Amino acid sequence: MADTITVNGTAHPIPDDPRVSLLDFLRQHIGLTGTKKGCDHGQCGACTVIVNGIRINSCLTLAAMHDGDSVTTIEGLGTPDEPSALQRAFLEHDGFQCGYCTPGQICSATAMLEELGADWPSDASESLEGRIAISGEEIRERMSGNLCRCGAYANIVAAIEEVAAGGQS
Amino acid sequence: MTVHFKQDEPDNSNRLDRMKQGVLGKPLPRIEGLAKVTGTAPYAAEYPVENCAEGVLVTATITRGEVASIDRTSVLSMPGVIAVVDDEKMCTRAAQGTANEAPMQGPRQVCYWGQPIALVVAETFEQARDAAKHLKVEYREEQGAPLDPNAVEPEEQEDETVHQGDLAHAMAEAAHSVDVSYTTKGHASAAMEPHAAIAQWDGGKLTVHASLQMLNYNITELADALDMEEENIRLVSRFVGGGFGSKLGISEEVVAAALAAKQVGRPVRVVQSRQQVFQTVMRRSETTQRLRLAADANGKLTGFGHEALVSNLPGEDFAEPVLQSSHFMYGGENRELMLKVARIHRMTAGSVRAPGEAVGMPALEGAMDVLAEKVGIDPVELRLRNIPERDPEEGLPFSSHKLADCLKQGAEAFGWDNGPRQPRQRREGEWWIGTGMASAARVHNISETRARVTLKADGTALVETDMTDIGTGTYTILAQITGEMLGLGPKKVLVELGDTRHPRGPGSGGSWGAASIGSAVYIACKAIREELAAKVGTSEEKLDLREGKTAGGDALTDLLGGNDLAREGHYEPGDIEDDYTASGFGAFFAEVRVNHYTGETRVERMLGAFGFGRVLNAKTARSQCLGGITWSIGVALTEALEFDPRDGHLVNCDLAEYHVPVHRDVPDLDVVLVEERDGAASPIQAKGIGELGMCGGAAAIANAIYNACGARLYDYPMTPDRVLAAMPE
Repeated sequence: MADTITVNGTAHPIPDDPRVSLLDFLRQHIGLTGTKKGCDHGQCGACTVIVNGIRINSCLTLAAMHDGDSVTTIEGLGTPDEPSALQRAFLEHDGFQCGYCTPGQICSATAMLEELGADWPSDASESLEGRIAISGEEIRERMSGNLCRCGAYANIVAAIEEVAAGGQS
Repeated sequence: MTVHFKQDEPDNSNRLDRMKQGVLGKPLPRIEGLAKVTGTAPYAAEYPVENCAEGVLVTATITRGEVASIDRTSVLSMPGVIAVVDDEKMCTRAAQGTANEAPMQGPRQVCYWGQPIALVVAETFEQARDAAKHLKVEYREEQGAPLDPNAVEPEEQEDETVHQGDLAHAMAEAAHSVDVSYTTKGHASAAMEPHAAIAQWDGGKLTVHASLQMLNYNITELADALDMEEENIRLVSRFVGGGFGSKLGISEEVVAAALAAKQVGRPVRVVQSRQQVFQTVMRRSETTQRLRLAADANGKLTGFGHEALVSNLPGEDFAEPVLQSSHFMYGGENRELMLKVARIHRMTAGSVRAPGEAVGMPALEGAMDVLAEKVGIDPVELRLRNIPERDPEEGLPFSSHKLADCLKQGAEAFGWDNGPRQPRQRREGEWWIGTGMASAARVHNISETRARVTLKADGTALVETDMTDIGTGTYTILAQITGEMLGLGPKKVLVELGDTRHPRGPGSGGSWGAASIGSAVYIACKAIREELAAKVGTSEEKLDLREGKTAGGDALTDLLGGNDLAREGHYEPGDIEDDYTASGFGAFFAEVRVNHYTGETRVERMLGAFGFGRVLNAKTARSQCLGGITWSIGVALTEALEFDPRDGHLVNCDLAEYHVPVHRDVPDLDVVLVEERDGAASPIQAKGIGELGMCGGAAAIANAIYNACGARLYDYPMTPDRVLAAMPE
């Protein structure tokens, strides 16, 4: 049986060319262009997807390295008919302008909230141990790998804070 | 049917305020927003095209000279490689904004390191990328290309020069004077979506999906580059992942994709790498600026001098218009302004968000802070005392002027302390804390433009124009203007943008988009209203429309009787452009902390108050302001292009080395929208807001650094090493 990657619940064969990044696999091979290529060097976060529950830059990893992995992209988080809580909050708070970094911001924030919930500490945390209190500074620190050149940061943080507090559910 | 309106007089009728739908100006979410947050909005490179080949640009590794030979055989035998394209029509630079003609062509002549010289086409991206890397190129290099803007004799931009009165005398006689020099480093637009194009031919007809800001100019530029007629070209840019000036003119990959698709007989996609975008598109020029301010004992300016040196490649008309707002910002009867451009062989200089004011205002507003300290008055008060009644050079009235209101409302909202100011008054642990402020100004631009509005038989409306939405909010504001005029909820208005099959709009650039295209839509809607008014026996002025009905209860669908009603609005700015000095104004307030030991600056909070005419959507307008303030943080603290002094190549050509602000660099920001109606700006009484938010904001941060720790800096960005070196013992 061919090696496969499961994307948003559907299994796809891994391409023959070992040079194909996970990002290009998603965009070019299976047509999921919601994941964006901004720099191809892991510097902007536009290509963020969730692999086995963990957020990664899909440009920095090869498709061939993900045999049997489960990938969730922006298309898997919600649809125009059924957007996720974060997708709705981004819309409401205008957490984007041009929209190009947005799928990466939303994928990143989705996994980041899980990390916060699991009390993973960050540079902004008071302590490496114990419960992590959700704050604007925690969110900013943890989202700093996702660049937004339009400068929607203030609105993005507002959107994430609302969802972190249980809103838009 | 086209309705033409040329505006020679201000329109102070406030018509839009008397409409009944009540949707204009409201903070509505973007109508295309759901597509963006769900990843279903297609950007240029994302259209599914059958049998599409992939192209990767090859760029020069010399500064100046000629391509002597390209060894095609070095790559044509590699797997999947289809062709090496080095057509003489390929462009070597991107077109400047509104160029309306092809940029420099002829890839064999090299003018800067990193210039595109060829395109490798292959079946897959991976194959094309690999082959592009292995293409063997021989050069005949010309040594000695000038690279240092300070080492060549610059050219004076004479239309910028002002000699009025005697500034030297005014400086000598002044109770208080300031004579300071600033430098700013180059900036990159760094839009998140790299420049990309998919070109397809159908016989002699060409369709290109591209990421461009100004399709009405871009189609002419492309037609000129390919020696084609415009009617045989279709450009599509429905979603543009940021522009900030970098996509004003057609860039190299658009022309390369079109030529390659023709040559290989199938569609070709070319996406520039991030490094290529940095090196081949546009840089904002570095600047060296001298500010001279002469004031009387009360701080009233008697003399004003602003001189600047910028750079560009030979053959480029664009010179960073550093002095643009300095011409009218403050009074002072003795004036000296001069802009010079040095011809050097660094990559092309062009428009990056707010060309001119983005770097001119931070220098001017830094110098004003120095003056306020010398005069011994509050810096807000210094600005208030120097707002001119009329344009101090042209003598023209201002179309509107909200600087004083912005200064006052901004100061109040920020909690500005207008007491005596001394640096180094507040310290918490390692950190000095202080505040600073600056004024904002950005000239108002407006353009001739066309849009078609169709009131459909089913009671919905359709707006069509080739205008783009680059994150600016165009889709939403056009739905709001149309909804307001025709009495429809915005959900009943479909807006189609970014396709040259539609009437020609102004394009997005110079903050002119909203006011220009909004006015064309307004004119078209007004013509539709006249038709409807006639059907119910009233005048357009008296026609009230709301929720698809007239005040008398007639449904639009009944009035239309099964027919569509379409009008094309054609707006042309007339004498209003010559009779007034028009600008957006604002004020910035910032609080920073500066580390005593490392010189690191963190912005703690920042506020901007802006007056820019009618607010069309309070949510998207505020977002534009937030974006501008965020850019101000980058200009102040981190953004700097660095060029190799040996060959002029851009060294920090990616997002790891060119430091745009990230989440943690940007605190909670406040925006105060100072509402006004500027009837001399446009028929819809609006001005632009895409750039004003970064025109001076860096100085508020610089002035706050001084107030915090006593380091007075004259070089942007104010990186830790520079702050530390300037910090008093």
